[in-house]
Amino acid sequence: MSNAVSALSGAEFQGIAHVKEQGLIGMITLRGDFASDAFKAAAEAVSGCALPEVRKITVADNGNRLAWMSPDEMLLVCDHGAAPQAVADLTERLGGEHSMVVNVSDARAVFRIEGEKCREVVAKVAPVDMADFGVDDFRRTRFAQVPAAFWMSGAESVDVVCFRSVAQYMFDLLSVAAQEGSEVGVY
Amino acid sequence: MSTRLATGGRLLDKTKAVEFQFNGKRLKGYAGDTLASALLANDQMMVGRSFKYHRPRGVVASGAEEPNALFNMGQGAKFEPNQRATTTELFSGLYATSQNHWPTLEFDIGAINTLLARFLPAGFYYKMFMYPRTFWKHVYEPFVRQSAGLGKAPDAETKDADTYEHFYFFADVTVIGGGVAGLQAAKVAAKSGQKVLLIEQTSAWGGRAAVDGGEVDGQPVADWIDATIAELDAMENVTLRLRTMASGVYDHGYVLGYERVTDHQPDVTGPRHRLWRIRAGHIVTATGAIERPLSFAGNDVPGVLLAAAVRDYAVNWGVSIGDRTVVVTNNDNAYRTAITLKELGLEVPAIIDARAEGGGALADKARDMGIRVENGKAVVKVKGTKRVEGVAIGLQAGEGAVLETIKCEAVAMSGGWSPVVHLWSHCGGKLIWDEAEAHFRPDPDRAPKGDAGQAFVTCAGSASGAMGLGDVLADATSAGAKATGKRKPKAPAGDARDEAPMAPVWMMPQGAGAKLKMKMWLDPQNDVKVSDVQLAAREGYESVEHTKRYTTLGMATDQGKLSNINGLAILSDALNQPIPQTGTTTFRPPYTPISMGAIAGEARVATFQPIRRTPMQDWHEGQNPFFEPVGHWRRAYCYNRPGETHGQAVEREINQTRNSLGLLDASTLGKLIVKGPDAGKFLDMLYTNMMSTLIPGKCRYGLMCTENGFLSDDGVVARIDEDTFLCHTTTGGAERIHAHMEEWLQTEWWDWKVYVANVTEQFAQVAVVGPNARKLLEKLGGMDVSKEALGFMEWADGQIGGFDARVYRISFSGELSYEIAVPASQGAAFWNALMEAGEEFGVMPYGTEALHVMRAEKGFIMIGDETDGTVIPQDLGLNWAISKKKEDYLGKRAQERSHMADPNRWKLVGLETVDGSVLPDGAYAVADGKNENGQRNVQGRVTSTYYSPTLKKGIAMGLVHRGPDRMGEVIEFPTIGGANVKARIVDPVFYDKEGEKQNV
Amino acid sequence: MLILECPYCGVKGEETEFHGGGEAHLKRFGPGSDDDQFHDYLFSRVNPKGVHLERWRHVNGCGKWFHAARDTMTLEVFGTYSAQVFEPPQDIKDKISAKRPGWQWREFS
Repeated sequence: MSNAVSALSGAEFQGIAHVKEQGLIGMITLRGDFASDAFKAAAEAVSGCALPEVRKITVADNGNRLAWMSPDEMLLVCDHGAAPQAVADLTERLGGEHSMVVNVSDARAVFRIEGEKCREVVAKVAPVDMADFGVDDFRRTRFAQVPAAFWMSGAESVDVVCFRSVAQYMFDLLSVAAQEGSEVGVY
Repeated sequence: MSTRLATGGRLLDKTKAVEFQFNGKRLKGYAGDTLASALLANDQMMVGRSFKYHRPRGVVASGAEEPNALFNMGQGAKFEPNQRATTTELFSGLYATSQNHWPTLEFDIGAINTLLARFLPAGFYYKMFMYPRTFWKHVYEPFVRQSAGLGKAPDAETKDADTYEHFYFFADVTVIGGGVAGLQAAKVAAKSGQKVLLIEQTSAWGGRAAVDGGEVDGQPVADWIDATIAELDAMENVTLRLRTMASGVYDHGYVLGYERVTDHQPDVTGPRHRLWRIRAGHIVTATGAIERPLSFAGNDVPGVLLAAAVRDYAVNWGVSIGDRTVVVTNNDNAYRTAITLKELGLEVPAIIDARAEGGGALADKARDMGIRVENGKAVVKVKGTKRVEGVAIGLQAGEGAVLETIKCEAVAMSGGWSPVVHLWSHCGGKLIWDEAEAHFRPDPDRAPKGDAGQAFVTCAGSASGAMGLGDVLADATSAGAKATGKRKPKAPAGDARDEAPMAPVWMMPQGAGAKLKMKMWLDPQNDVKVSDVQLAAREGYESVEHTKRYTTLGMATDQGKLSNINGLAILSDALNQPIPQTGTTTFRPPYTPISMGAIAGEARVATFQPIRRTPMQDWHEGQNPFFEPVGHWRRAYCYNRPGETHGQAVEREINQTRNSLGLLDASTLGKLIVKGPDAGKFLDMLYTNMMSTLIPGKCRYGLMCTENGFLSDDGVVARIDEDTFLCHTTTGGAERIHAHMEEWLQTEWWDWKVYVANVTEQFAQVAVVGPNARKLLEKLGGMDVSKEALGFMEWADGQIGGFDARVYRISFSGELSYEIAVPASQGAAFWNALMEAGEEFGVMPYGTEALHVMRAEKGFIMIGDETDGTVIPQDLGLNWAISKKKEDYLGKRAQERSHMADPNRWKLVGLETVDGSVLPDGAYAVADGKNENGQRNVQGRVTSTYYSPTLKKGIAMGLVHRGPDRMGEVIEFPTIGGANVKARIVDPVFYDKEGEKQNV
Repeated sequence: MLILECPYCGVKGEETEFHGGGEAHLKRFGPGSDDDQFHDYLFSRVNPKGVHLERWRHVNGCGKWFHAARDTMTLEVFGTYSAQVFEPPQDIKDKISAKRPGWQWREFS
């Protein structure tokens, strides 16, 4: 719908890295038994991604991503407009299989931290070793005082997901962490 | 006088003059100076007044152990008290003032305390301020507050202008201390290929060796330091960091590193401090050793410094403390100071060596240079008050008879060296007493243990008790190898130590009488003297921890870095027991004080805490309402119009809602989807009532209890389909109840087929409330919202005004009410559409207070008002919502316990004041008699109380002893003013008891 | 600050990612149990000095509950394991026995 807006409508900040709210992104929570063939088939068919290993994220040709959230939960990242159809497709394909498919696109906000110092910005707010965090890694943790998940969307680019209600906090947080003159000089 | 020498100053850049201000005076220093070295270069011998007696005090040390040179630094939003001049790098425009004096540093009224010293012994405050008790508030407390503390607290209204941050870092090996030991340990560890972090608290690598010199593998130590730094810097697996102090070592290899990023360059943009939150596989502490003072009368006069500090000022910063320096020592190391000064062309009138047998090779060298060396002698007394004028010399073995007075401007003292064991000890590393060096050093067999039970801290160099360059390098090589678990490489060869044994000297002269002992300072920062510790021992303080608190020895900003061992020795002597038996006080982080800003990191101002925002928050903010915190949300309490009080606004909102139309942003309510073949069974366990019988399309109000039986949350459950429920929780309960569900599913009923998802934030939810609610929705058009199509306690999916919506016909106000959920991304647009279309009905947004009053008028309970963690549903008359058919639900068994089933429990009733006034919130109803504590008995309390605009009088709910059995009875609530308010026990439903208004 | 390894997602994270949940392997007593049983289930905890089996949740992570075998004195963590078992697995017991021979915790040893 045309009057749909993301939490911060693309707010951005330039410091030692570029921080930008990514607008509306589709997200689907998918819970089920990973060992089940039906689950695997449905997830892979609808997302176009290979089922990711533990704490990994995979990407499809169309840009869809499928991330390992927990032993019984995947996160499908897609276009905002495509999410309702994907929910319907997944639900149909899973049929009687005990599973859960929920559109959570609007419950979230996504930020991209871009630049050579993107790892340092993350390391200022998350208790994660950014030294060996790879492009196919996916990590759920906390960013300062709120839960968050992130992955590398490029060699020098990190995408961070948080709840929509704390989008402003996350933006302010990343802006402080990326403030001018705050390069640590480690990554 | 102290002055800058024409030559020397290895850390200075003399081409860069730096101007700064001290106590209003404009002074000059050089780039590379510390504030202390620059002050001394300007003959500022006196730097402050002591804490208790306001005695003149000067710089004693050259590093973190400095007890005296603490200043107020900066002004306004950059003001900070108690900053150590010895660790403050000089920068252009630095502004410092001295502390603890009035009116001026030179002339201070409080100095009269020094004449009263006899009357201010240890424990004075404890003894003096006990009685009479009535004096405390108006006499003693103001006096103590006036005298307490060192620097001034920053102005409460001024916000710190700087920013701070944290940084998480992970290293296989973290080496703390950038002296030769740290460098060597880091090099050994790095060569194994492991990831190494090396941090140094000062702005320069090399530590003591850089000052004291010597050779490593045949090259000057300074060259070896440079080469090693260059080598480490070039390694990919090594991170080097200057100006970063390890403030503490914590469980499982956690280290806090305090980096001072822009303190020395305040004009540079960026955070002021960075707190490194380091997780290390292994920690090497190469923190060196600190020289101890000697206890002789007048050892606190400005111009008496540690011997090594005198050397540091001369070599590092080209500063002479005085033309004539008398060295007093119990060890060979201090001879280096005499030799250095002599080499710089300064006078050393005498070296007073307390050891009868004197020193070794260094003593010979000093004598060869023509320096007079006196063995078996002591400083009996230092002459001078605001600066040293001379020393009176006597026999160390004697009682203080003066043999001779030597004129001098400076005294360089050394009582031996103590390894810096703080970081080793923070996490449980144990110490052993080294008789030969008269110090505590780490016991390598009793190291702190990590997460796998492994030793995770190793000390290197002087920090482990190795003295002398050769021993330090050998020890550091072992430490580096131990940290990585690899084989130890060959250690570089450093100069062997060639020194005569030191002799413990705890008092000088050893038979000094009371008069001298009252002038022997153990702890200059806290004004604790030898006589104070002896008094504490006489008064029965045997534990070193008690003595510390009684005398204040080793407290405050320096935590006894200089004073501890000397104090322990005096205490042990007084108790007639060996020093190890006395033991040390506990070493606690931080090693030196760190800024509060660094601890807070980014958590200030906008990012102090997460504030949760609904999709309509911008709109609310645009109305400038009064917000109240509900969890981390900020919800409008009421939307004041210009000139309106809160009470007036609330009244207007309620009247308009009851009479026409109101809107509430209900997005914060928790929404949990529970799905699976066992979802009904699961919810039957979670709720007190039966949820599995709910039919799709219907809603049911439910209660959740803890296993303890107490009411924990409530809300409306909607059955979406056979397998799926949507559970509403309270605003504060969403995350908690989600976690509660996951906990039971994961840890008790893990074979049940149920998934839960928290979709609270997926939806914006608006309560459309009032007699005109249906008209508004019909005007917007879309789905059928008639009574027939969508009855009370039903829900349906459809469209409202073109928005995809899920509409619940539920009511928390007693009015015709629809709660409408739309995707959060469209929440703002939906709200605007409702406001616009509602204009003809006079639509009004209402806040949480109107919500509260309306629900209270209806007698609906509120979690957190009517419940407080001790209330069960039966107390609230909610038995109708407790299933009698179910065999089990969480809390059922607990509610069968005798106390829970007791008819004497306080139960929910309505309360109506006899005079129509509003009862005070939380007021207790009194009963006859008194309890065993002499307090009046009570029989109930107010849980919710409001002025009801609908009924035009005060209404309240409360829990009252056997309340429902006492309808009509009048009970009394005392108020803070003293008057009693009478209230009648009534039914808690005040408005529309039959529910005709909501069910239309 | 402790570090713990979540057995589900393999993260070895710091304590701030986790939330402690008290004693592990409690047996629930509901309706039909006598007062003593219910009291013990709800309120009696062992609080030992030494080996302890306890619950943790990877709250800022995969969200899963798990169990940890830990020494309350030295803070040594012997191992972490699934919360969906009625007793510690043999390999965890062996790990504890290797470090603390003769250990006992409730009915386990």
